[in-house]
Amino acid sequence: MLYLSILLFGVLYVFMPHIASSRNLANLSSNMWPLLALVLGQMFVLILGGIDLSQTSIMALTSVVGGMLMTTSLNPALFEKSPLWGVLLSAEGSPISGTMLTVPLGILAMLLVGMLVGLLNGLAVARFRMPAFMVTLVSLMFFSGLAIYLTKSENIMYLPSGFTMLGSGQIGPIPYSFFIVLLLGGVAHVVLKHTVLGQWFFAVGKSLRTSIVSGVPTERVIILGYVFSGFCGAVASILYTARLACGRPTLGQNLLLDVIGAAVIGGISLFGGKGKVLWALFGVLFFVLLSNALSMLALPFYAEPVVKGAVILLAALLDVTRTRLLTWEVVA
Amino acid sequence: MTENVLQFDGVSKSFFGVHALRNVTFALAKGHLLGLVGENGAGKTTLMNILGGVLPADHGGMKLRGQDYAPRTPSQATAAGVAFIHQELNLFTNLSITDNLFIDRFPRLGRSPFIHKRAAKSRARQLLESLNLPLVPETLVDRLTPGERQLVEIAKALSAGAEIIIFDEPTTSLTAAETERLFGIIRDLRRQGKSMIYISHNLGNVLELADDVIVLRDGQVVDQGPAAEFTIERMISRMVGRDISQIFPPRGSKLSDEVVLEVRGVSQPGIVKEIDLTLHKAEVLGLFGLMGSGRTELARILFGLEPFERGQIRGEGIPPLRREAILGVPNAEVRVGNPVASPQPAATNRTSGERGRDALATQGQDTHATETRSPRACIRRGMAFVTENRREEGLLMEATIVDNVGLVALPAFALPRPPRLLRHRRLREAVTRVAQSLRIKSGPAHRTLAENLSGGNQQKAVIGKWLMSRPTVLIMDEPTRGIDVGAKFEVYSIINDLAAQGTSILLISSELEELLGMCDRIVVMSKGEIQGGYERSEFDRERILAAAFQGHQAHLRGTC
Repeated sequence: MLYLSILLFGVLYVFMPHIASSRNLANLSSNMWPLLALVLGQMFVLILGGIDLSQTSIMALTSVVGGMLMTTSLNPALFEKSPLWGVLLSAEGSPISGTMLTVPLGILAMLLVGMLVGLLNGLAVARFRMPAFMVTLVSLMFFSGLAIYLTKSENIMYLPSGFTMLGSGQIGPIPYSFFIVLLLGGVAHVVLKHTVLGQWFFAVGKSLRTSIVSGVPTERVIILGYVFSGFCGAVASILYTARLACGRPTLGQNLLLDVIGAAVIGGISLFGGKGKVLWALFGVLFFVLLSNALSMLALPFYAEPVVKGAVILLAALLDVTRTRLLTWEVVA
Repeated sequence: MTENVLQFDGVSKSFFGVHALRNVTFALAKGHLLGLVGENGAGKTTLMNILGGVLPADHGGMKLRGQDYAPRTPSQATAAGVAFIHQELNLFTNLSITDNLFIDRFPRLGRSPFIHKRAAKSRARQLLESLNLPLVPETLVDRLTPGERQLVEIAKALSAGAEIIIFDEPTTSLTAAETERLFGIIRDLRRQGKSMIYISHNLGNVLELADDVIVLRDGQVVDQGPAAEFTIERMISRMVGRDISQIFPPRGSKLSDEVVLEVRGVSQPGIVKEIDLTLHKAEVLGLFGLMGSGRTELARILFGLEPFERGQIRGEGIPPLRREAILGVPNAEVRVGNPVASPQPAATNRTSGERGRDALATQGQDTHATETRSPRACIRRGMAFVTENRREEGLLMEATIVDNVGLVALPAFALPRPPRLLRHRRLREAVTRVAQSLRIKSGPAHRTLAENLSGGNQQKAVIGKWLMSRPTVLIMDEPTRGIDVGAKFEVYSIINDLAAQGTSILLISSELEELLGMCDRIVVMSKGEIQGGYERSEFDRERILAAAFQGHQAHLRGTC
């Protein structure tokens, strides 16, 4: 996959030299890291043989929650109708805004909300044995709606600079978001590859029944997977919210297919039991390059999703045929 | 002199230079049943694939009714009248019997694409009647027992005009009654002049049914002749290529008084009733029963996979120190079933040698206790469970041997503190040691996938997985099903070794011979109840079988 990405980049560079311009590269990387955070979380759920469709709604909800807690000023004309007006919100923001602890508390709250939604997903899937697709689809609808309801569809502006810095700040040429996601990826890699928990993730994804018989705490593992996915959703939300400098109830609305698409392109199987942090990275890299190139080609607006869809389809096909080829080898 | 319907002439086949079949020559006489036996990997499957048009032969040829026969696709074989009844049945469980019978050749209304439903139904009924099957053609296959499904398969073969029927391990999932019925039908078919090839690891069945026997080893016919001249011992020694004076390795049987597992009055409505069972230290206790007798269900209850409503399961004498040393996990999750029953608080219990006694007690009445009785808790108390279907519950088919064998004991190979980093090398070494001691034949354990192992080696991998946790009580449900004679012998030896080392084994099987050969005691279940228990000195086929059939007379009529 890395080779493919390099190849794609090379080909693109030949035809569109400005793709390597520093501005475009910065743009590329700012798109890439939050997406990678999402894909990392998604990967844990995919390895379990599940799927988390609710990640984007987690982004929206946490963005709104974080925005509300941290904003220093709300326009009463816009937010009067919010159900939290007068309870938590006022023209000066929330009770905790404008203090030293605003940003850490806001971030903590965002992460907690993300994990809480993940916990609900995980409980429904693990304890009540509901299909993941169903559960997270309902979550997606419910929490997207909730985010809009809380703000009456308004963006929350005036976030503290200590927070927005996370989205725009750089060390040298490298944005903060890179380091945050690098840390996240490193942790994910160690957990998957070098801990008992990681082995349990693969075991559950490969055969739930064998895992139960073998004494794997399957419910706990599944719940943890969704909690981590929610956590990653919150991290992505923090990065996007900080970059946009506003809490947005519709944040990430169009990202869902990008996340799944990048994961599949990276080779993370939708059938469960397979996945690596590096695969996630390459999947995201390829996907971001592709969309970047497509948008630079200035194609008509409908062409981009068509091409993206085709690539995802191809990757899914590859996944299926790879699985089938393996089975054939056994038969022969 | 009977006429030969099928003749193999020097058939050879090799895969990538490895001979799978070498110069195989034999004939199938009309109206005869040919028993084909051999270890897994002896070439039976390849031979049948050539017959069925799945693979072409490299050399040699086949003659069908005197004509050259070289099918290139399975459908050509079907058209030529060769039908297969497979081990894994190829029926659509969501469709009716009729739909299954005619799935590829529905009678049409004239030349239209519409199905002539009435014709299909009446033909289905005729077919079922010809096999004496009291089934309604509209029944969904889903609702049929494995035995009935088998018979529907046969009906399907007959409906396609089969003259030669190949049975591949047809009795693996059948109850004794269903097996008898199948054999009756096979005999009827023979009387009607159908020729059959019967492949099975159950040599007793082969001997009972076959007119002629062929033994394959390493792709060659090593022995053949009329069944009357064969004995089970002769078949085995020819299959394995060495003399096994006894199928069952000798075992010294001495009963210890120490009880490691005690089951009292365990009941779950509709499943098991008032089960009393005592397992002693170092004992091999057989649990015999027909399919559906509740033996597997009981094992699942014991291992915490299924709940039970009333009764008690308690165990004693699990050496706590050893277990902790192996699993290396704090025992926070092992709840004491009934606080009243344990005089000491759990914390002090842990240091005393008595801990296992109380920790293992679980009260059925206490719903909370039932909930905490999970496989995980059972494993921590020193139990292990080799399930009857290794593909779905025993192994991670797409994972390596290391991942599989290491799965249960994984925490023991991690650093004690979170995030519990794994010591990969130690794990790999330990797994390799276990794999060697069990003689699992495979490539490197960290690269070979479980699905690429033969049945016997897969089963050994499952056993190895449990040995890694050094269990005190090992429950084995049909551990030798679907594995070849050589591997069976090895599994028996492993069981004996474990028992000699002090492990107590609950051995569940539907092969009475196996239990008679292996066990210190046999307990018989029927209809969810214990019907009797027999010490080794009082082992008696007739009495044990009679106990197993207790209350099953109605079942013979094939109602379900």
